[in-house]
Amino acid sequence: MRWPVPEAEHMDPGTLGCQGCGGALSMRLVLKEVGPDAIAVLPACCWSIIDGPWPLHALDIPVFHTAFETAAVVATGIKAAKAMKGEDPTVVAWAGDGGTFDIGLQALSGAAERNEDIVFVCYDNEAYMNTGIQRSSATPAGTWTTTTPEERPEPRPKKDIMGIMAAHRVPYAATATVAYPGDLAHKVQTAVAAKGGMRFLHLLSACPPGWKMAADQAIEAMRRAVQARVFPLYEVRDGRDYTITVWPERNVRLEDYLSLQGRFTPLLADQDMLERVKADVAERWRLLVERHEHSRRLVGTGR
Amino acid sequence: MPERLLLTGNHAAAYGAMLSRVEVISAYPITPQTMIVELLSELTASGELPAKFITVESEHSAMAACVGASAAGARAYTATSGQGLALMHEMLHWAVGARLPIVLTNVSRAMAPGWSIWSDQTDILSQRDVGWMMLFAESVQEAQDFVIWMYRVAEQVYLPGMVGMDAFILSHTAEPLIVHDRDRVDAYLPPFEPLYDLDPADPRAYGGLVNRDHYFELRYKVYEAMERAGRLLAEAGEEFADALGRRYAPVEGYMLDDAEYVVMSAGAMTSNVRQAVKDARERGMKVGLLRLVALRPFPFAEVRRLLAGRHKVAVLDRNLSPGHSGIFAQEIRSALSGMPDAPPVYGYVMGIGGRDVRVETVTETLDDLVRRDEPDLALYVGVKGLPIGPVRAFEQIPVPVKVEVAR
Repeated sequence: MRWPVPEAEHMDPGTLGCQGCGGALSMRLVLKEVGPDAIAVLPACCWSIIDGPWPLHALDIPVFHTAFETAAVVATGIKAAKAMKGEDPTVVAWAGDGGTFDIGLQALSGAAERNEDIVFVCYDNEAYMNTGIQRSSATPAGTWTTTTPEERPEPRPKKDIMGIMAAHRVPYAATATVAYPGDLAHKVQTAVAAKGGMRFLHLLSACPPGWKMAADQAIEAMRRAVQARVFPLYEVRDGRDYTITVWPERNVRLEDYLSLQGRFTPLLADQDMLERVKADVAERWRLLVERHEHSRRLVGTGR
Repeated sequence: MPERLLLTGNHAAAYGAMLSRVEVISAYPITPQTMIVELLSELTASGELPAKFITVESEHSAMAACVGASAAGARAYTATSGQGLALMHEMLHWAVGARLPIVLTNVSRAMAPGWSIWSDQTDILSQRDVGWMMLFAESVQEAQDFVIWMYRVAEQVYLPGMVGMDAFILSHTAEPLIVHDRDRVDAYLPPFEPLYDLDPADPRAYGGLVNRDHYFELRYKVYEAMERAGRLLAEAGEEFADALGRRYAPVEGYMLDDAEYVVMSAGAMTSNVRQAVKDARERGMKVGLLRLVALRPFPFAEVRRLLAGRHKVAVLDRNLSPGHSGIFAQEIRSALSGMPDAPPVYGYVMGIGGRDVRVETVTETLDDLVRRDEPDLALYVGVKGLPIGPVRAFEQIPVPVKVEVAR
């Protein structure tokens, strides 16, 4: 997919992000498409730090920092105030996986169910990285974190946040990653244009320190996640019309994704668990393809 | 002409918000506050009040939505009670640090367990230290007017404020209410035009990372604003009289001139205290009432001036900080500390969980005050089977009711 990259930057260099931070790269690319008439809401997450210490900050849109569990609802309040004044900026709630899957889920569910006119972006690095790598409900099975040590790695699969958002029937939800920037840009454009309701973007976001890998492997890791079908790229409209946007082309095995990262050492050492995870990835992919094909069959039926 | 209606405290609070022309309301239902937001919901739906009404999924989110709305330049309002106020706690702090002049009405209710919807001020007093201004309404009229008075001050100092009103005794009691003319309220309370409102043309960051070399100074500005709010509250209370015909003050006195005994009260039970004071005067007791209207900012000078040289002070607390004493009593003792002619403070705890504080209850308390030789941290009034006095061992309390298990 070709992507004419907007030249305008809305994020300054010199942030406090780590080398290879997927969250910092995501913000830069997303804001290129969101444009300057926007307001960002940051709950507690890596971006609380990345934006810089007061009085400095890295974005050329207003940033409102808020409490961990409140990104979606503070964005809602901001949008309501601006609407009362006849203004229509894009209000972007920008949360990590903790502020989305865990502590932020209640307010997110409320905003999704009410179909609030906001864009909620989850940059998902699959653990509490800002506090030093503790598991979250976005942490996949077999992962090492400081609270799921080698002896007792994460036993449960990653929570299906896209399924949860689809169940709310939000107008637009999509997965994306900066490893596929054209696809990401298209989805941000779609989300920004779909004004009037809730838009949800789930971005896989590599964290080299937390994923235990070299910083220059971040993009490759996210690319392999897509190719190995661990993190398929798709969009869901109105909670029911599924479209796979990037079809895996390379013959990338699950192990090729896992072995790039030190955090999966427990999984790679446990053959039974590895087989279960492989089966789960295959099953989820099959289900997604079925939904994609089902949605194609319904095109034009006016259901 | 102002309208004269018969309304409950809850509906009066909603009228207070409407007259203040709030622009964003976000709330969650909780007894006994629900009527406030039901009426506001109707007023916004009908267009009588042009505002956004956000039906959030929790009180935590109600305050968070107000935080967002206020930061983006809207006048924001919510109402809650008891457990709801407790759930808001984190975001109450946020509103202070972010310098957002949000106003909320809290209908004070006892904390669970056991579940109780009845009057008790422990909920609001547990929020004493978050940095919100706090007013305690005594009448339906004040339930409305204090919302307007609070916005007037809050938007000058960029601090939030809450208006306390007692469950049922005020929230569900109908009294005549003067609904002020809107244009006169508009003159008293001009539109909210904040210094900053998350303007994309002026892209600043708010509330981010602050290191040790700046945080103290940012908070110092909050402390300074709160101290300034004391003077502004008094001034705005005076101006309320000029604009809307009613004079309000952080402290009120009743029959205080030659009083040897003073009883201090806050909130709706003050009406019964006033009657008991009047009755006691008729019996020849030199007693007066000090009503605390504002708890934060605390009116130190007025309280010290009004209490200096008295023989004894009784503080009536419908709340308790376990292991210490009634919270108003702590506040009064602290205000009098170090004053050479400070009277002894007798802390009376009563009305917990909505138990009635009748005129007779206060009369008995005044009799106890006269008789008692030594002040006590907490003297319990109305515990079943016990006379007024300090806490007694549980074993000594006669069991007042027979408990039977249904089979």
